[in-house]
Amino acid sequence: MSFRAANLSFAYGLRGATFELPPSGFVTIAGPNGAGKSTLLGILAGLRHPYFGECQYRGIEIRRWRRRDFARQVAFLPQSMKLEFPFTAEQVVFMGRAPYADGWFESQQDHDAVARAMTTTDTLAFATRDFRSLSGGEKQRIILASALAQEPETLLLDEPTTFLDLKHQLAMYKLLSALAKKMLIVAVTHDLNLALRFSDRVIVMEDGRIAAQGPPGEALAPNVIDRVFGVHPELRDGWLVYDA
Amino acid sequence: MTRSVWISLVVLIAVALAAPLIGSSHIELRRALAGASPDHEILFYARLPRVLLALLAGAALSLTGVLFQCLLRDPLAEPYTLGISSGGSVGAVIGICFGLPFIGLLSLAGAGTALLIVLWIAFEGRRLSSFTLLLAGVTMNSILLAIVLFLHNLASFSQSFAITRWLMGGLDSVEYSTLAWLAAGVIPVCLLVIARSRQWNLLAVGEEWASSRGLSTTTYTVLGYIAGSFLTGIVTSLTGPIGFVGLIVPHALRLKLGADHRMLMPCSFLLGAAFLAVCDTLSRTVIAPTEIPVGVVTALAGGPFFIWLLRSKRRSLWL
Repeated sequence: MSFRAANLSFAYGLRGATFELPPSGFVTIAGPNGAGKSTLLGILAGLRHPYFGECQYRGIEIRRWRRRDFARQVAFLPQSMKLEFPFTAEQVVFMGRAPYADGWFESQQDHDAVARAMTTTDTLAFATRDFRSLSGGEKQRIILASALAQEPETLLLDEPTTFLDLKHQLAMYKLLSALAKKMLIVAVTHDLNLALRFSDRVIVMEDGRIAAQGPPGEALAPNVIDRVFGVHPELRDGWLVYDA
Repeated sequence: MTRSVWISLVVLIAVALAAPLIGSSHIELRRALAGASPDHEILFYARLPRVLLALLAGAALSLTGVLFQCLLRDPLAEPYTLGISSGGSVGAVIGICFGLPFIGLLSLAGAGTALLIVLWIAFEGRRLSSFTLLLAGVTMNSILLAIVLFLHNLASFSQSFAITRWLMGGLDSVEYSTLAWLAAGVIPVCLLVIARSRQWNLLAVGEEWASSRGLSTTTYTVLGYIAGSFLTGIVTSLTGPIGFVGLIVPHALRLKLGADHRMLMPCSFLLGAAFLAVCDTLSRTVIAPTEIPVGVVTALAGGPFFIWLLRSKRRSLWL
């Protein structure tokens, strides 16, 4: 068990969610705009408080975790990142080592972890470039590398493919589902087809509540999508096709 | 990586040794050290205290510039953005208008009050909103400067002259005891700020970014603002507002060194000190025996240099 929430609510956007998440695998959170997906993810990341009800990670309430210990367990990827200052791509990745830092300089473990993260995300080629000069896809991979450098057990992603073209969307999901063999990945997404194809488990949200959860085939069944999203989908060759 | 810091230190030492020897009247070092008049008095009572004041002020202002730009995530932020120095000006101008003693302390009190008001506005529950803080600072600046103008308008002729001199900002010879107080305030706070460079790196990206990497963001943000405001307040209480140092030194160094605060902060501290001491030397000598206010020199000498830097480095800026 990783996360366990019971009757979890927030000042806005979330009303009485109850669910449990496994220690590894790929979980996607889907739902219309304003359904509370990002709020839920923010609470899981320890960034939204105060929340009401229960929300535990590994049996400890999230609000009780020491931030630094929590950051060694759970990494969070924002949808995008705007930098005002000329940090290099590699410096951004090194920031993922902050939860382990005790000193002015990075340790050998920090360098090893960063090298592994940048190899996994295939970003070594532009390590020394100014982050702001990178393309949307490169930026997203660097942000992912920074989260992986935290060596977390759980990775939370807020719409990781928003600014990516088709090819990079697919590559990102392939990478995430490969990572999900050893860790828990929780991603908010608008792309139901990618959720259907790659995730092990889907949480569908509607108006601050959980409308459906389970294996993608069940949680994203055409009748659920019809009810929650107000479109009429059809399943053709394993892909959702929408009829507005 | 540490090479830039060593080079900055060498530059600082060279400037600190050379600046007191340069001035409108020629002095001989041997005679000054031997206690011969007037060389001894010029070196030790006119120039050296003033150079030391310039070094401390320059170091504190440019380090505060880096810190505020980072905390507000705004490249245009500077030590005066939050209205701290305007608060200091109100304190000083009230002192001048009502003939009160201890103008410096009144200025410090004004700066502290301005900080408290701005922080009070920007706190939303237990969170501090940098955006509200920025707007509150800009607004406080306008309000406080309006108060200064109002008081200035009521002042007598001689008070008016004193107010204008204060608002121009400038370095004057001060007592060694005052310098010792200033150094005891400025240097430890600067070292504490520099020691947290890795944490400022995280906050320079964003508060969620820092928080999800284990940092207590509100604590660090508030302590950062207090430290920067203390430095600004204590320096401007002695010098008045000296513009541009907190903007130009950080940006010039960022172009050269990148954004890592572990290099940016120590180098800004060292070279900010050197920069203001050089500007002060220019202000004493260029049209001697008349002095140019040092704020005029920082803008006139620093401005064109900065524009040249911007143009020659434009491709690496990505603004």
